[in-house]
Amino acid sequence: MSPSPTDVPPALADPADGVAVLEPHAGSVAYGIPLAVLAELTHRCPLQCPYCSNPLELERARAELTTAEWKRVMSELADLGVLQFHLSGGEPTARRDLAELVRHASDVGLYTNLITSAVLLDRDSLAALADAGLCHIQISFQGSVPKAADRVAGLNGAHAKKIAAARLARDLDLPLTVNAVIHRQNIEQLPDIIAMAVDLDADRLEVANVQYYGWALKNRAALMPTPAQVEDAVAIVEAARERLAGTLVIDHVIPDYYAVRPKKCMGGWGRQFFNISPSGKILPCHAAETITGLDFDSVRGNRSVAWIWQHSEALNRFRGTDWMPEPCQSCAYREIDYGGCRCQAFALTGDAANTDPACTLSPLHERLFATAEHEATAGAAEFVYRNFSGGTAEGGGRRR
Amino acid sequence: MNPARPRRIRIDGETRPQLPRHARLRFDDTRQAWVLLVPERVLAPDDIAVEILKLCDGARRVDDIVDALAAKYAAPRATIATDVVALLQDLADKGFVVAARDTAE
Repeated sequence: MSPSPTDVPPALADPADGVAVLEPHAGSVAYGIPLAVLAELTHRCPLQCPYCSNPLELERARAELTTAEWKRVMSELADLGVLQFHLSGGEPTARRDLAELVRHASDVGLYTNLITSAVLLDRDSLAALADAGLCHIQISFQGSVPKAADRVAGLNGAHAKKIAAARLARDLDLPLTVNAVIHRQNIEQLPDIIAMAVDLDADRLEVANVQYYGWALKNRAALMPTPAQVEDAVAIVEAARERLAGTLVIDHVIPDYYAVRPKKCMGGWGRQFFNISPSGKILPCHAAETITGLDFDSVRGNRSVAWIWQHSEALNRFRGTDWMPEPCQSCAYREIDYGGCRCQAFALTGDAANTDPACTLSPLHERLFATAEHEATAGAAEFVYRNFSGGTAEGGGRRR
Repeated sequence: MNPARPRRIRIDGETRPQLPRHARLRFDDTRQAWVLLVPERVLAPDDIAVEILKLCDGARRVDDIVDALAAKYAAPRATIATDVVALLQDLADKGFVVAARDTAE
């Protein structure tokens, strides 16, 4: 490992070559343990965003893993070689033991990232998290215009609290990612959202177009942007990246309905990532439970995380390429995008094994594109808010 | 629109580089390799990069780091200096190396 004193260090043609991004078990057949795992600590949340990525059937507080259970899971993950641990939700700060969990994660060597709406954070709770070893914080924003953003969140005053929490985080020297979920009703705010991220001294901005599963699918007509809006947004992000190089990193997630090729969802089902639900189920992604007929193993059973990752029937269901029907089976791209997203295929075709209709090779692609375009121009503006009772329609009278 | 506040630091011989709290260098027992953990990514520094990063303690200047490597390796000091500055500047541009505060400005 360590070079002898007579070794000559190789000249670095590109300095970036010396520090490459580590790809999870690139090319290997066995499913090596992921580099990063996301924990949905709870489905409770003070916000009601109509595009929430949680399932329509939310898990109740009494079903959540206990502090001791999460600690055991974190220790197990660290032993297996998981390096990064994303603490998410619902709203993770709704857990009173959050700082204790962050401290345990740090103690076992996990790199921690808090994914939060930030409306429950104040100086003391943020300082406690920083003391516990939190490495990074990601704060979601519903836009840059307070009133409009609060309407999307379904909580008055939410935007102002987020701004305050973001400033406190930077005061504490916590690196900040601003996550802005983009849809038809806020996409015109994009230039201001970018300026807001710069003003908040964020390190990174995620411009994440809504992906249409669960709650977002329910609200698709109110959220879908037009192709022209998406094109404008791409140009705005490109220009901002150039202008802000060295100041702000911008990641852009484009809505796949308007794509030519489907996204390589989660890097492939069960290939390089998993998610732990509030009650301890190991899922290949946050939306996987929308697919009926799959039985996901829980960390509460008598199986180890390592066993579940290798042997879970549900995780193995869409691994590799043998499960693929045509047109995926004979497609040259089959190991490039793995046929797209299983959850989207299920939601839109009724069979999770089908080609994701986001792909132009899907027989449903044309119709999907037309539906999206139609909804984007004719769709209603009113939301169905996310909650534990199956959603609540936006009250009359309060139109933008 | 707010003018961007540039955070970019310029690495030179006097800079005392260190890793910010969101960039953690550690040995990964599972993969038997050094890794640099940063938000949303895991970086795999090669042997030389690891050696350089281990010396980024906020106390040593870049010149000191180059001296230490020059004493250890047969390569000309100027070549080593060029490589060290290039590597650290690249990481600094990405926000994964910062200058120790007391030397700022």
